Amino acid sequence: MLIKKPSDIRPSEITDQQIYLTRREFIRNVAGATAVAALIPALLTPHNVYAGTKLPGVRKGPFGTSEELTPYGDVTSYNNFYEFGTEKEQPALMAKNFRTKPWTVTVEGEVNKPAVYQLEDFIKPHTLEERIYRLRCVEAWSMVIPWVGIPLADIIKRFEPTSKAKYVEFTTLHDPAQMPGQRRAILKWPYVEGLRIDEAMHPLTMLAVGLYGETLPNQNGAPLRLVVPWKYGFKNIKSIVKIRFVEKPPVTAWMTAGPAEYGFYANVNPEVDHPRWSQARERRIGEFFKRKTLMFNGYAEQVAHLYAHMDLNRYF
Amino acid sequence: MSGRMTQTEWVQRVVKPAIFLVCLIPLALLAWDVLNNHLGANPIEKVIRRTGDWTLRFLLITLAITPARRLFDWNWLMRLRRMLGLFVFFYACLHFIIYIGIDQSFDVNEIIKDVIKHKYVTVGFASFLLLIPLAATSTNAMMKRLGGKRWQQLHKSVYAIAIGGVIHYLWLVKADLKEPLIYAAILAVLLGYRLWVKQRQALPTDAARSSIHPSTIRHAK
Repeated sequence: MLIKKPSDIRPSEITDQQIYLTRREFIRNVAGATAVAALIPALLTPHNVYAGTKLPGVRKGPFGTSEELTPYGDVTSYNNFYEFGTEKEQPALMAKNFRTKPWTVTVEGEVNKPAVYQLEDFIKPHTLEERIYRLRCVEAWSMVIPWVGIPLADIIKRFEPTSKAKYVEFTTLHDPAQMPGQRRAILKWPYVEGLRIDEAMHPLTMLAVGLYGETLPNQNGAPLRLVVPWKYGFKNIKSIVKIRFVEKPPVTAWMTAGPAEYGFYANVNPEVDHPRWSQARERRIGEFFKRKTLMFNGYAEQVAHLYAHMDLNRYF
Repeated sequence: MSGRMTQTEWVQRVVKPAIFLVCLIPLALLAWDVLNNHLGANPIEKVIRRTGDWTLRFLLITLAITPARRLFDWNWLMRLRRMLGLFVFFYACLHFIIYIGIDQSFDVNEIIKDVIKHKYVTVGFASFLLLIPLAATSTNAMMKRLGGKRWQQLHKSVYAIAIGGVIHYLWLVKADLKEPLIYAAILAVLLGYRLWVKQRQALPTDAARSSIHPSTIRHAK
């Protein structure tokens, strides 16, 4: 009588047929997962935290400057973004986990084509440009930043503003759960900024989605911010969720905070001081002594005509 | 060796030198941060702010000596007051020199304009100027030359300096007043304590012993 010897392979040890049949792929996956796991600590080190994704198909835009660029580390660690704290180093730390996906931009007001866009659809029809601009903060420091973005005029044309669209109002996301700075009434939240329509349509004005060829770091206003290089930095509203076309000048966050100190225009002007400090000079980040501030931040040739016959002492 | 130091000796030989070194720690940390590039993108602004912060902090600590001494009955604290006051002047000098030299590049015209036009600078500048006579009359010899009463009268200006220092900070902040208001609150407590003591001393029972003007007594009731 032939008695079959029981198999010493336990059922639990038998490789599933499905895995056996795809064994090569399985090995590849395990190896891949291990490699990713090994990389995680590296991805989490501070050096990589700020790094965005490389933006494809960026072409060189006009209005460049040959001035030395402010290093990436300084541009991304010295920020005024009160939604994430009022100290310069805070936004880089506090905005680390800020979610910028999914992101919608609402276009409304005096336009023929109001709409709510997914950010990707908002950007898609345009070619991204790199523009190297000076940035002059109202606090008398400055940087030179290679932005990546789109001329605002190109975007505005798509919405077909009506003849009543005299001004454009921009609004930042209001989300105190994600933006701890909004839990204190330092400014009236959400942050609001505005431009006259001709300023918004000016070829220098752009909406930026990146800097240094990469997507915007959160602390620099990801995923979408305004860049108006002849105005003080606070005009460059960050993390925009709404663009509204209006007939009356918008009341901006800083006008509400200090009407005697911050006007609607906020053009860089060395001759008109902030009521509390001088605007004649500025410290370029990385330099020791201050340098002279230029009229309209050095863009007078392009924009001075917008303000001809205006008393800039009054319309500061 | 008998081994036992008197309290005065202990304070003079141990406590005071130790506090002296502690008072230099902010400067050492600042120097360390400057040398190691730890001050971020705008190091000069940081240095100006930190020296300003420490000027105000030492000023408040100095003003806390008298109340602390009374509340805890620690008379030895008085032996530290002059040194702490001189550290206020020391950090104020650093703050001032960096403003004059690096921020304004020693441009006298610009500095004059800045002091006249911008009130936070005016107040800060005035407070610094008022500190100079206090530092200059801090020696025993000067104290003797002036006489106790006049010396004390002169050094009362420290209250004005402290108020000026806090206002200087309040007026330069853009929107977030939290920090300068903390300094203001502490100063209010320290000055409030002095007013409270003065009022109590003005009560009739005490007044009988001292020679306080009758009008003050009526007021205190």
